Amino acid sequence: MSEYFWLIPLFPAASSFILVIFGRWLPKKYVSVQAPLAVLLSFIFGLASFLKIYPRGLGHEAAGLSKTLFSWIHSGSFQIDFTFWFDQLTAVMVLVVSGVGFIIHVYSIGYMAEDRSYTRYFSLLNLFTFAMLLLVMAGNMVLMFVGWEGVGLCSYLLIGFWFERPSAASAGKKAFIVNRIGDAAFLLGLFFLLFNFKTASFPEINRALTDGRISSSLATLIALLFFAGATGKSAQIPLYVWLPDAMEGPTPVSALIHAATMVTAGVYMVSRLNVLYSYSGIAAEVVAIIGALTAVYAGTIALTQFDIKRVLAYSTISQIGYMFLGCGVGAFAAGMFHLYTHAFFKSLLFLAAGSVMHALSGELDMRRMGGLKKHLPITYSTFLIGAITIAGVPFFSGFFSKDAILTQCYAQGKYFLWLLGLTGAIITAFYMFRLIFLTFHGQERFSAEIRHHLHESPPVMTIPLIILAFFSIIAGYIGLPVVFGHDLNFFERFLEPVIIRAYETHLSLGIEWLLIIISSVIAFVGIFLAYVFYLKSPHLPHQLASRFPGVYRLLFNKYYVDEIYNILFVKPLVKGSEMVYYNFDLPIIDGAVNGSAKTVSFFGRILSLVQSGLIRDYALVFILGVAIILGLILF
Amino acid sequence: MSPVAFFILSLLLFTLGALAFLFKRDLITQFMAIEIMLNAANLALVAGAKTWASLDSQVVVFFVITVAAAEAAVGLAIILLIYRQKKNIRSEEINLLKG
Amino acid sequence: MATFLFYLLSIITVASVVAMIFSRHQAHNALLLAVAFTSLGGLFALLQAPFIATVQIIIYAGAIMVLFIFVIMMIDLRQPFPPLRKKWVFALGALLIVVIFFELIMVIKSFPTASKATNLDFGHPASLGKLLFSKYLYPFEITSILIVAAMVGSLYLARRKER
Repeated sequence: MSEYFWLIPLFPAASSFILVIFGRWLPKKYVSVQAPLAVLLSFIFGLASFLKIYPRGLGHEAAGLSKTLFSWIHSGSFQIDFTFWFDQLTAVMVLVVSGVGFIIHVYSIGYMAEDRSYTRYFSLLNLFTFAMLLLVMAGNMVLMFVGWEGVGLCSYLLIGFWFERPSAASAGKKAFIVNRIGDAAFLLGLFFLLFNFKTASFPEINRALTDGRISSSLATLIALLFFAGATGKSAQIPLYVWLPDAMEGPTPVSALIHAATMVTAGVYMVSRLNVLYSYSGIAAEVVAIIGALTAVYAGTIALTQFDIKRVLAYSTISQIGYMFLGCGVGAFAAGMFHLYTHAFFKSLLFLAAGSVMHALSGELDMRRMGGLKKHLPITYSTFLIGAITIAGVPFFSGFFSKDAILTQCYAQGKYFLWLLGLTGAIITAFYMFRLIFLTFHGQERFSAEIRHHLHESPPVMTIPLIILAFFSIIAGYIGLPVVFGHDLNFFERFLEPVIIRAYETHLSLGIEWLLIIISSVIAFVGIFLAYVFYLKSPHLPHQLASRFPGVYRLLFNKYYVDEIYNILFVKPLVKGSEMVYYNFDLPIIDGAVNGSAKTVSFFGRILSLVQSGLIRDYALVFILGVAIILGLILF
Repeated sequence: MSPVAFFILSLLLFTLGALAFLFKRDLITQFMAIEIMLNAANLALVAGAKTWASLDSQVVVFFVITVAAAEAAVGLAIILLIYRQKKNIRSEEINLLKG
Repeated sequence: MATFLFYLLSIITVASVVAMIFSRHQAHNALLLAVAFTSLGGLFALLQAPFIATVQIIIYAGAIMVLFIFVIMMIDLRQPFPPLRKKWVFALGALLIVVIFFELIMVIKSFPTASKATNLDFGHPASLGKLLFSKYLYPFEITSILIVAAMVGSLYLARRKER
């Protein structure tokens, strides 16, 4: 089966195609079977291919599976093939995308059951899965860019899925435009790469770098441009602004695209180009700093938000920041490990939030929730598991992955980044449990009417929650830290052939233990603070807010970044465009176009006098032509 | 019989057809004149086939005849339509083919 | 004998075409045209093209002429023609046609006077058929599509619209 690994992205593509073309005539029941089944097939093939390369992976062989379908661009010595590639890194991504994707497809059957555009939803979700699998299985940078743009398009279409709501439509546009800024940088990087490396395929890029053919300043430039693209797609400072608005889309979409898979594409890209980023120290430094800053910054915004999905969105931004932090300090495997655990617990949190919304007839505001614990027992317990995991409580998966990143920071001697990471961790624990306490504990703050409709979600939604909760707990055990034994980090050893180890960690076991204990304490402190603030003495937050009104307003309004961007970029752009429109486009371009049209029509009117409409006159011209041509041939 | 005589006859017929197209004033006869010109061309082709001992031009004639049949069917249908609309087929009065 | 037949048939053809130019009556024109087509068929036969000769008589003198006659039947022919306008078009056209005539005469002058096809079997329908179904198979099949299209098109054009 593994020799057919290149079919993995094609299953959802075919399913999406069928749904787009014939969707109108297909019954809902059929759609509900076909769409998840296509993703399940991808998962099964992915699993088979993974099992094929797994033993090889432990044997330090870099070669993965590769299949060239056809030569795509061929010009002189420059060649880009349509190549699918399946190595250790791809295997992780394929399994996450198709596995979590499948669970979310199933969940969507229940969540979207009442929607008018049920088939359109699934065709887009399948299309997204295809684009994402294309992105992770691409054998070269150009093909990856196709997937990169494809997921961006699907993200736009799915954020604006309920396009009749103006807020959803404009959120979709915002996501698209902000991503475009990042993609422009990415494209620029791609041009530099193609121009200087003369190739786009990953093994050859790595070879060019290890041969030392590329100057380190050039590598830095390319790496930074690619990272600028990643800040757009993966919602990092400064291009993160679209992700909170992206929550206008259906919740399963937020879970799949804006938490588990698409937004982590930047992390995957950086890990894929780990040789490049290790080669350029400055670029890696920038990645680490941006990641750490984003982790803290987004966390502080999440502290004050009341929209349940927005809190999760900011938490996603913050967690991706951790992943970049890991990649930036050279712990690519740790970054990927966090990506992998994050996919489970963040999609779990989103789906559980979706279940809450489902129960509360679409209510998003935590101020109108509370006390849901006894009404939604399954949702509550799974949500709690997700929150515990993300907060970094020991022995849950999030703990291991976050700890791996922080340990690496410390081991590199980057104590400032390590402190930032710890700050982010305490904030994360705090706002997640604030969310839990406001939503599920305390007194009920919703209306009687909503209370009347209150119900636990159907099994098609709760079973995916339970599965994801299960994985959130156990997923971390394939990457245990060194303190539990020397060869227990299977994840890192599996990725070793494709990820170079830039640094060796030389930490004594004692320090390792100390770091782990510090992270655990931090998590518990965060939870405890949330308990004090929101359950024990609920008046405290108000007091604090009135004590520091400036800080509170700054956080509540998300540092006014949207407003600042509006004044700094959007307004001048609009004004400038208007100026150009009135002073250049109208008189000069339109003038030239209209003027040439008028000239042509003037001569046309004169010439049309020749055109009498009578066939005899036309025949005369015809005969004249024949006579002239014959004359020219003869003489 | 020298093939040149056939070529001369073909040329004569072609010229007469062209003149007929020019001087006749109703669509049907002008259409007939086109058929005459086509036949003149056919005659030249068949004569050419014999002159250069090549059957290919006879095949071309065959295709010309089939195309002419198709063209006659459509052309006459158009003439019929014009007659139904304008109640005459004088070519001077049909002058809509212009900008 | 061949020379005699050639002159006879050419005189008939040319005469009927000339008569057609001067005749005012479309039905007469159609009959004259049928005569010209038939004698052309004879000329084809003289040129060792028996298959083309047959097709000429069946399709041109038969099918196409019948079409013409039908259309003429449906059309009111007794219409006076208004006086000629733009006479220079006629004069210039005639002049140019004469120019083309002489130009083509010069073309014909360069042709060989003796034919290469001395073989008596030349132009046998069997060899023509072989050629048609081997080298010209695709054009031949495409012609059938053309004819279907023409048939459908003319039916569509000529049908009476239900009002």
